Amino acid sequence: MKRIAGSFLAALTVVLTVVVFAHAALSINGAGATFPYPMYSKWFDEYQKKNPSVQINYQSIGSGGGIKQVTEGTVDFGASDGPMNDEQLKAFQEKHGFGILHFPTVLGAVVPTYNIPGVTSALNFTPDALAGIFLGKITKWNDPTIAGANKGVSLPGNDIVVVHRSDGSGTTYVWTDYLSKVSDEWKNKVGKGTSVNWPVGLGGKGNEGVTGQIKNAPNSIGYVELIYAVSNNIPYGSVKNSSGAFVKADLTSVSAAAAAAAKTMPDDFRVSITDPPGKTAYPIASFTWLLIPEKFSDAAKRDAIKGFLTWMLADGQGYAEQLSYAKLPKEVVAKEEKALAKVQ
Amino acid sequence: MAAISTVPSAGPISGSRSFLNRLRDGDEIARLITFLFAGSVVLVTVLLIFELWRESVLPRHKFGLHFLFTRVWDPIADQFGALPFIYGTLVTATVSLVIAVPLGIGAAIFLAELAPARLSDALEFFIDLLAAVPSVIYGLLGVFIVVPLMRDYVQPALKNTLGFLPLFTGPAYGIGFLTAGIVLAIMVIPYIISVSREVLMSVPRDQREAALGLGSTRWESTWKVVVPFARTGIMGSIFLALARALGETMAVTMVIGNTPTISASLLSPGYSIAAVIANEFTEATGDLYLQALIELGLVLFLLTFLLNGMARLLIVLTSQRGGGTVNA
Repeated sequence: MKRIAGSFLAALTVVLTVVVFAHAALSINGAGATFPYPMYSKWFDEYQKKNPSVQINYQSIGSGGGIKQVTEGTVDFGASDGPMNDEQLKAFQEKHGFGILHFPTVLGAVVPTYNIPGVTSALNFTPDALAGIFLGKITKWNDPTIAGANKGVSLPGNDIVVVHRSDGSGTTYVWTDYLSKVSDEWKNKVGKGTSVNWPVGLGGKGNEGVTGQIKNAPNSIGYVELIYAVSNNIPYGSVKNSSGAFVKADLTSVSAAAAAAAKTMPDDFRVSITDPPGKTAYPIASFTWLLIPEKFSDAAKRDAIKGFLTWMLADGQGYAEQLSYAKLPKEVVAKEEKALAKVQ
Repeated sequence: MAAISTVPSAGPISGSRSFLNRLRDGDEIARLITFLFAGSVVLVTVLLIFELWRESVLPRHKFGLHFLFTRVWDPIADQFGALPFIYGTLVTATVSLVIAVPLGIGAAIFLAELAPARLSDALEFFIDLLAAVPSVIYGLLGVFIVVPLMRDYVQPALKNTLGFLPLFTGPAYGIGFLTAGIVLAIMVIPYIISVSREVLMSVPRDQREAALGLGSTRWESTWKVVVPFARTGIMGSIFLALARALGETMAVTMVIGNTPTISASLLSPGYSIAAVIANEFTEATGDLYLQALIELGLVLFLLTFLLNGMARLLIVLTSQRGGGTVNA
């Protein structure tokens, strides 16, 4: 009997201690896109160093998962590489009785990467070439549509092996969004989405899977986030933008794409910046958004999130470039700071 | 009263005492509790099927049975069909069993019958180790070792020698049904060896001794007496292997190519049910899409159920025939 009482007391002490310590920090949960995960991870870490009372946990389960969980209410905020569509916004509104806001955080780019034996230089791709390759209509590397933009490079007559994403992803969304804009046939036949019915190609899981497939399969082409191409040292090509210039993706050209869109940015920040105007703009770039509900029942959480967003728009942007993400243009930052007032 | 309570209750006879009265026996309580444990397993299975059924209502209403026979998987046009995934699951499982069963049973026979005891125990340690390796590791093994081997050596060799067969046509990507089958075979062999070895070792010594006494060679006594005696257990190990091969997700998705195609060629990339669910579930936008994936889960469950049922039937049929041979 004494032993039981003793162990019960010990257990109680442990539980109470844990509970007390757990309540010391305000815990906020978010989930969503995998692409900006390294950035968010760094941000939440840095923010907690400055504000030890706020602990933000983020799970990178994918953009679709982020949208679903924030609509269900299991997380406090979501994150997505593609903006929520009208149907999803309506679903959120109906479930909660108030809306959800989009806040762009950083910019990313999707690049065409390839592995052609003997070709080490950066190839130029026209929109027609990319659409034709991914539709399965252009099947050999020395096709005139590709060769025409790459005079001086000897392309082999080998079959093109197309690689795409097998999992649903924001990267696919950006890529197919671009192809839908530059190719009517793509738009009608395949469409844009995080997961599409690919006419041709092998599927790799995640940016890593696609990179791995491309590295191991000769004569292959695929699309990955810029960061992956850079850190894995695989060649990636330039894409012809709407002004006719072949632009390679880097922080400057991506920011240029966003700057062009900044002028016509809608109030809800849901905008696609693929195929933008601008001579130096990279055509396949995208914002990534945090999805913040308009109302919070817990005032402490609301203030913590607003505090984080304010920090993110100011100091946070300074961390972006060292992780190879492009910063938000000044106009977008200013607009977002004003929009913060909408979170109540 | 004392006399009655010390009589152990046994089966049908216990109907003569009231239930509450019987509960005072330790036996009855033990029976009840263990029945609840067994019943809970059945309950979980029933709940699983119920949930899968309930959560796949939209595609079931929209597509009906056509879902099982449609080839198209288009999330944008909201057209979903399970056929390529069912095909891929069955093909990879078949290839893996075709490779693993002879190798596994052969190895088990060696370990149980023909090897010295110390070698057998040492190898058993390694086999148990292999069985415990997480499937992601096998996936990495597949991607970094098996796929380049297949692409550079095995698949071109197959095309050169057996290329006239429709089984070995098409470009040699390295990934595809054959590679997935091979990786799965590597994963399930330890299960077959482990269980078969146990079963073979538990065959009573007098069976072997009787065969040897009648003048058979070591191999004849093993192959014609011991193995048939252990047939049920060996088949059980094959079904265990089949169950793992059908449901394996990570290793398969890394080497199968993730393309929903149906092709006679084993060199072609494909897709399996478990792989597509793992790949697309987290990003599935829209209720119909999500529920179509859940319906695929239901299809896999029913497929496993069906194959296991057929396997059990096979055991029953063969042991009726086989039992006669052994007992005579």
